[in-house]
Amino acid sequence: MATLTIRDALNQALREELARDDSVFLMGEEVAEYDGAYKVTRGLLHDFGPKRVIDTPITELGFAGLGVGAAMAGLRPVVEFMTFNFSILATDQIINSAAKMLYMSGGQFKIPIVFRGPGGSAFQVSSQHSQALESWYAYFPGLKVVMPSTAADAKGLLKSAIRDDDPVVFIEQERMYGNKGEVPDDPDFTIPLGVADVKREGKDVTIVARSLMVPLALKAADQLEQQGVSCEVIDPRTIRPLDINTIVESVKKTNRVVIAEESHPICGVGAEISAEIMEHAFDYLDAPVKRVSGADVPMPYAKNLENLAIPDVERIVAAVREVAYID
Amino acid sequence: MSKQTAAPPSAAKAEEQQSSTGVMDAPPDVDSKKLKQERDEAKERQKDRLSGLSREQLLELYRHMLLIRRFEEKSAEAYVAGKIGGFCHLYIGQEAVGVGAISAIRKDDYVLASYREHGLALAKGMAARSIMAELFGKATGCSKGKGGSMHMFDKELGFFGGHAIVGGQIPLATGTAFATKYQGTDQVTLCFFGEAAVNQGAFHESLNMAQLWKLPCIYICENNQYGMGTSLARAMSLSDISKKACAYDLASEFVDGMDVLAVREATLRAVERARKDYLPTLLEIRTYRFMGHSMSDPGNYRTRAEIEKYQERDPIKLFSATLVEQKITDEKTLQEIDRKVREEVEDSLRFADESPLPDPSELYTDVYANPIEPGRK
Repeated sequence: MATLTIRDALNQALREELARDDSVFLMGEEVAEYDGAYKVTRGLLHDFGPKRVIDTPITELGFAGLGVGAAMAGLRPVVEFMTFNFSILATDQIINSAAKMLYMSGGQFKIPIVFRGPGGSAFQVSSQHSQALESWYAYFPGLKVVMPSTAADAKGLLKSAIRDDDPVVFIEQERMYGNKGEVPDDPDFTIPLGVADVKREGKDVTIVARSLMVPLALKAADQLEQQGVSCEVIDPRTIRPLDINTIVESVKKTNRVVIAEESHPICGVGAEISAEIMEHAFDYLDAPVKRVSGADVPMPYAKNLENLAIPDVERIVAAVREVAYID
Repeated sequence: MSKQTAAPPSAAKAEEQQSSTGVMDAPPDVDSKKLKQERDEAKERQKDRLSGLSREQLLELYRHMLLIRRFEEKSAEAYVAGKIGGFCHLYIGQEAVGVGAISAIRKDDYVLASYREHGLALAKGMAARSIMAELFGKATGCSKGKGGSMHMFDKELGFFGGHAIVGGQIPLATGTAFATKYQGTDQVTLCFFGEAAVNQGAFHESLNMAQLWKLPCIYICENNQYGMGTSLARAMSLSDISKKACAYDLASEFVDGMDVLAVREATLRAVERARKDYLPTLLEIRTYRFMGHSMSDPGNYRTRAEIEKYQERDPIKLFSATLVEQKITDEKTLQEIDRKVREEVEDSLRFADESPLPDPSELYTDVYANPIEPGRK
């Protein structure tokens, strides 16, 4: 075990997969000479050279589509979006090409590609640079969507995503790149896609949290423990396909659920999880499912307003107390 | 690097200006003497291109064009009869482009196309049966009935799809060319698209990357002069498309798309650049579609006279006239080819008709190559 930042764990995953398979290559804006806008790709150009680690022009639709075409011809591209906000320009290729190619070709063309980069809010970067887009991509059959919250998950899931034969949208979080955690040294360490992780066991309330919300949910659980409420924290890790069984099993035990998410509430992943809990565990619920979501506004710039727009520990604590009928 | 090998037809230019208001214009003045003269000139140019090709090769080009024509005529009938659903974009009038260009490449080269791709799939060697069955939405179709008219695929034959978002195939083709260079092999990619796709960002982003990274992709703009019902003049500030290559420092040519041999020759030059030096090329191939944009086209944006004018230069008639006049073949042989082609198309119709629908269980297959059962560790 080594203690690594999420940034370095991702770097290790990329490095190991580039070394393992010649058909893997990495492309994106500033991934090579600049060493990555967020340094996730630091040193990779030096170690693997410009054939494998490629700086692109600022041309998101173009290089996303180029990646899909390269995958059609047998390569395994890892396409970095400097942030997922810019993937909006590339959605035609991610959705219309990558997600549907296998199906509309009657199973002939698999698309083993990873689209990765940071999503969600950062530090006062305002409306166009602070978007959590996972529900967009999770909507489409044909895509897999992954959001790690720890260094070990980041490494293990990214390696699985690169080895997977389907297009994977792998959404990191800029605020979390510096978070540290234990990471196994074994170069064959992977974490399967589609498996949720119980980050903390508890018996009174289930908190379902992903990405940035996981460490906040764990802090909330600590505080609530002091208040006599035992929380189970579940991180789905993969949004599509969603491991709803692990969530449902937890709900059957706790009978109460809070879903914490950075994204907007409307048509969000939390809404989907809530609906599935209703479908699969309605009779076990002792309180309505409660969502704690990002504010339903474009992200403001001012620090105080930005803080108000992103769920925090206090709001998660309050939501848990509400579903536990404490207040 | 831009180089012109055929004079742009000036008559077409005049017409584009005419329809700039978007209102149905008066029929263009059809000067039948001038038309005949133009056709004779085209034939003369075509005659000069015959050398170097065997009789068999020439007749095969003819047969392939005719196969596409007859196939598409039957597709139209089957569409009207309700056998084909959705959209159906026919290739009639443009046969020389696909056949000429694809005759210049190998089986292991890649072809990517838009939704007007039935003819290109045939030209790449896909069986009429598998294409017609796909149009009919049958399990025996090339995409198992899941793609339809706009999504024909055959990986083995290097036909990497019909793609239905205008311009969407252009970055994809740039990617297959990227893979070729990455893998150190020597395939070329032919990327077919209509002139309306040139206004999409995907075109410009792709050409920039292709020349920047020296990728063996040949961008073939089939300029049929209408994006659905909008003429080139109403949609493009600079309508000389081959010139747009200058913006990205690509080699380019303007080609007469009614002459199958002109298309073949220009493509051969581009293929050589691509295979030897990994260089991309933009070909603007001027053509014309004789049918509507799709089967539901009202056709009120152009005149009958305009269509007839281009039909004078019908690529199949032009080529058969050249072949007969140059005594490469005779009418009887051409009729025999037609008979066989009609049989092949009839056979494809029967096959499609008799083939089973996809099994209902197919609804949920091919969504993922590695399906995951959530929660399975």
